Amino acid sequence: MTDEIDRQLLAAVQEGFPITSRPFRALGDLFSLPEDEVIARLERLKGEGLVRRIGPILDMRKLGCSGVLVALKVDAEEADQAAQVVDQYKEVSHNYLRPDPSGYNLWFTISAPEERIREILQEISAKTEKPQLVLPTKRIFKIGVKFDII
Amino acid sequence: MIDKSELELLKAAQDGIAFEKRPYLALGRKVDMPEEEVLEKLEELIDRGVIRRFSATIGHRALGIVANAMIAWRAGPEEVARAGRILASFEAVTHCYERETAPDWPYNLYTVVHSRSREDCIATASELSQASGLEDYRILFSEREYKKTSARI
Repeated sequence: MTDEIDRQLLAAVQEGFPITSRPFRALGDLFSLPEDEVIARLERLKGEGLVRRIGPILDMRKLGCSGVLVALKVDAEEADQAAQVVDQYKEVSHNYLRPDPSGYNLWFTISAPEERIREILQEISAKTEKPQLVLPTKRIFKIGVKFDII
Repeated sequence: MIDKSELELLKAAQDGIAFEKRPYLALGRKVDMPEEEVLEKLEELIDRGVIRRFSATIGHRALGIVANAMIAWRAGPEEVARAGRILASFEAVTHCYERETAPDWPYNLYTVVHSRSREDCIATASELSQASGLEDYRILFSEREYKKTSARI
């Protein structure tokens, strides 16, 4: 379970992790905690699934990538199988079963250069033989998941 | 765009830093770069906007946020910009995108909403509808999460 210090730490590292030679010491200075304790607490929070990873969140567009939301028309009972095909691609970041009356039940996002996106969609089409709904990103109004922790 | 050494650095960094006293030294060892240069490059990539944030990704399920809904909205061409900004302004909305439509799919605005229950998501959708004036929408609840990572290069 988490205590008040854990929650403060989580809120801080979610905002930003220090880019300095001794980042855990810098974090500790904020909360009057020893460096070792900051590391131990974050290790534990990672073990508990509260911290997934500490690292860069990239602007894929600045790296020449486009984004697309794709839905496959696949029966719920066949979704697991299709999802396995989709998940193989490292360019697929999110993939969910989101049942909809339209029959488009499997929803996933691809981020890659446009040509590569076309290639992946063709491969998925060949492997699953399911109709695709392809919805390219036109504009981003908001991105980035931050949660209220405290 | 970025050069080859920056690409190598980002590829190594996106796996997440090590939980040790000098994680950037450890990261530099993977790509054969001194710690000081790692720190400089990361700062520079943040300044250039290639790195949007250097931070922890929080496992929201562990926080009890279990319901995740994508709401697809149909907005007319003249109202999409205004509606998009209104939807994005809500704290419950973590993502808000405008997308192209398809012949059998007229929805062009997408919001992702995280919440503690389905009922909360439905209530949020109705609030968003009132605030934005968009009345045609459908809620797509996630029933299974097959994959969830950060976008990677």
